[in-house]
Amino acid sequence: MKEQVFSASIDCLQDVLSLIEQELEAVDCPMRTTIQISVAAEEIFANIARYAYPESGGTAVIRIEADEHETVIRFTDAGIPFNPLEKPDPDISLPVEQREAGGLGIYMVKKTMDEVTYQRDGLNNILTIVKRY
Amino acid sequence: MEITKKKDGGALKIALEGRLDTSTAPSLEETLSKELSGVTDLEFDFAKLEYISSAGLRVLLSTQKIMKNQGTMKVKNVCPEIMEVFDITGFSEILTIE
Repeated sequence: MKEQVFSASIDCLQDVLSLIEQELEAVDCPMRTTIQISVAAEEIFANIARYAYPESGGTAVIRIEADEHETVIRFTDAGIPFNPLEKPDPDISLPVEQREAGGLGIYMVKKTMDEVTYQRDGLNNILTIVKRY
Repeated sequence: MEITKKKDGGALKIALEGRLDTSTAPSLEETLSKELSGVTDLEFDFAKLEYISSAGLRVLLSTQKIMKNQGTMKVKNVCPEIMEVFDITGFSEILTIE
């Protein structure tokens, strides 16, 4: 298990992904799954970096537990209450002219992870993803 | 991410290498905003692209919308991992993938 505090800023994205990829490599997570988890982590961290702290900066705590069967990653921020899972899914059947890019990130997280849960705990937003393999 | 571009009249070929994600998508967006004017035949080569996130999808979608009005756009050599992202998000229906 690893836990690390990051500044909630897009500049930290590479460090977040390095931490996660290091942990996944250590448990021989399959390449395809590693990519799915990285994409999911990027979407969630980018959301926190963009929206959690509109006034001033803040931090995000990332905790990762990986073994040879599953990975659980928990993202905690103390920003404004925000449950990204409440957002309606994008209509992916629309023709290109009517398609919008908003909401695709979280939609991909929901589709590729086995579990995605949101919890508001006191002043914290806690988003947890689980991927089995 | 490495962006290699080749322009020949109205034809523009762009090869991407690495990751098209939140950190790198803005540089592709910038390249396209400079180069896209007058292009009627746009081709992306994804042979060396490993990874795409929603930030990358956003750029592809806005580019596809522009190209629909001025010519054609193709995406070539898509690896299975990225193809899966295109399938999940319905992008395999709106892009021309070869």
